[in-house]
Amino acid sequence: MPDGNTAAPASVPVLDVRDLKKHFPVRKGLLRKTTGHVYAVDGVSFSIERGQTLGLVGESGCGKSTVARAVIRLIEPTSGEVRILGRDILSLSKDEMRASRRQAQIIFQDPFSSLNPRMSAGEIVGEPLLVHNIGNSRERAERVAALFDRVGLRASQMNSLPHQFSGGQRQRIGIARALALDPQLIIGDEPVSALDVSIQAQVINLLMDLQEEKNLSYLFIAHDLAVVEHISHRVAVMYLGRIVEHAGKRALFSNPQHPYTEALLAAVPIPNPRIKRQKRLVQGDVPSPINPPPGCHFHTRCPYVTEQCRIEVPPLIEVAPDHWAACHLRQPAAVAVA
Amino acid sequence: MSPPPSDNAAGVITAKDEFGTAISAGSFDTELAKAGANVKSRWGMGLFLARRYPLGCVGLAIVLTFIFVALLAPYITAHDPLSTNPSISLAKPSAVYPMGTDFMGRDLFSRVVYGARTSLAVAFGATILGVFFGVLIGLASGYLGGWVDLTTQRVIDMLQALPTLILAMAMAAALGPSLMNTIIAIAIPKLPSIARVIRASTLSLREMPFVEAARAMGMSEMRIALRHILPNTLAPLIVLATAGLGSAILVEASLSFLGLGVPEPHPSWGRMLSESAAEYVRTAPWLVIFPGLAITCAVFGTNLLGDALRDLLDPRQRTSN
Repeated sequence: MPDGNTAAPASVPVLDVRDLKKHFPVRKGLLRKTTGHVYAVDGVSFSIERGQTLGLVGESGCGKSTVARAVIRLIEPTSGEVRILGRDILSLSKDEMRASRRQAQIIFQDPFSSLNPRMSAGEIVGEPLLVHNIGNSRERAERVAALFDRVGLRASQMNSLPHQFSGGQRQRIGIARALALDPQLIIGDEPVSALDVSIQAQVINLLMDLQEEKNLSYLFIAHDLAVVEHISHRVAVMYLGRIVEHAGKRALFSNPQHPYTEALLAAVPIPNPRIKRQKRLVQGDVPSPINPPPGCHFHTRCPYVTEQCRIEVPPLIEVAPDHWAACHLRQPAAVAVA
Repeated sequence: MSPPPSDNAAGVITAKDEFGTAISAGSFDTELAKAGANVKSRWGMGLFLARRYPLGCVGLAIVLTFIFVALLAPYITAHDPLSTNPSISLAKPSAVYPMGTDFMGRDLFSRVVYGARTSLAVAFGATILGVFFGVLIGLASGYLGGWVDLTTQRVIDMLQALPTLILAMAMAAALGPSLMNTIIAIAIPKLPSIARVIRASTLSLREMPFVEAARAMGMSEMRIALRHILPNTLAPLIVLATAGLGSAILVEASLSFLGLGVPEPHPSWGRMLSESAAEYVRTAPWLVIFPGLAITCAVFGTNLLGDALRDLLDPRQRTSN
């Protein structure tokens, strides 16, 4: 939501991102001259309220993971504003940033490479406490044991090494590690994409239980729409570094306003015979983010493309109450026919 | 990385818990377990390794023998390695002088035994020094990147352009003869290979999600490098260090042979050869045979051990050397 403040409640959003950009320079040749940029994230704005989940979906390479890393400064954004609990984290010094990292933690996609193979599970989960000098060693051990219990691992497994756990268990270790500092915001960078479907459900349910219990906010990144629909309150759809549609979960899934969202939803098997499914396949590949097409990024594959789309970038407009889409074919809410 | 196991089999995982606490070396013990080792006891492990790497065990035995000989030198020799006795100059090997005596009447056996001290001191000293600074350079270069990486890599390129012995000779000549200087002279040519290996693993490790996770929890870069990156470079490091012991012994012997190595009064195998090779090789061949044999055995042993360790810890390098 670009104008989060207008209808927002009195409380500050847990995460407020405005016009976030990350352009990676492409360097070539002996002198590593910059010959262009990868526009990985190109002006993304959204906010997440306390206790809410924003699902961020899109094809691989659309910049989802870059957003995830940029909002906690694992990647330094090129420009934009990121506020966590109202505090602009991009202006923080290194030390201030280190201290404020307690508020936002991240869970990674790959449960194998996200845990140091040479550290025991207990050490991994307790490490954030050690870094922030929380408690003495006995208190830390107790806290780690409590975290193990909370994520469904046995405290007796604390001395085991990561390779002795299964994928789902490893992801639980990753979740426990993210919870150790009692963050307000957890960023899940495709946290269940690498897991078996049955394990996915367990991990998602764990995440949802934790949200309810601790009033956590999630930025949940995925490419699986079914998973996103299950866990999210709001959903944002990304295409080539930009958000093309952003709405409440129900509105977005039942009444997509952007042709790309429509295409994504059409590609998902929906177990409901009453939902009419238009057979429309989006053709072609995602264009390169090094040289994104001018105008609407989606125009190269859009079935409704017009001349305007090729020239002008469509702004993200409110096409229905609290339903934002970036498409020239949509009018602002006042005249929109949904 | 092992393939992802499925999320069932709680029994298997509890069974693994028991040895997981005993052995802490990554996915190493499971690999051994798969190969049929009884990983639940140290003896089982040892026995399995001995059967699988017989040559490595021979190497280990040789290296341990040399270490013990060096440590216990005063107890296994009957004569002072430095005391001269012209009356028994160039005595043949006998019961009293098992390896004979040299032209100054010094007991050759004592000198070879004490020479092990010099050789091992230089080999271990140079390896430790080389590993310490090589790791430091490699970590800094790989982790910091940018101009630090660029400058150190070019310096390392220059070091690597010179053959080990030539570089060690130049260093030894420049520093002057002393035990410490010999160690430094041998350590410097070791830096490039260690720094390169550490840099390469650092480059791949620093992109790993567990490093990102450490950064996300607010860990300082220094601590990440020492806690998350360095321990994961250990396997290739151990291999490289062990394999380098043999070459260090050889370079020390070569330097001493050329008169640039460890000075008197430390007995050195290399100098023993050079003192006697030209003049006495025909009349008193034991003066050449025994120090030469000592060098050969020491190098052979460390190389066997190094090869076995490489097979064990770093399967990727198996075919390349």
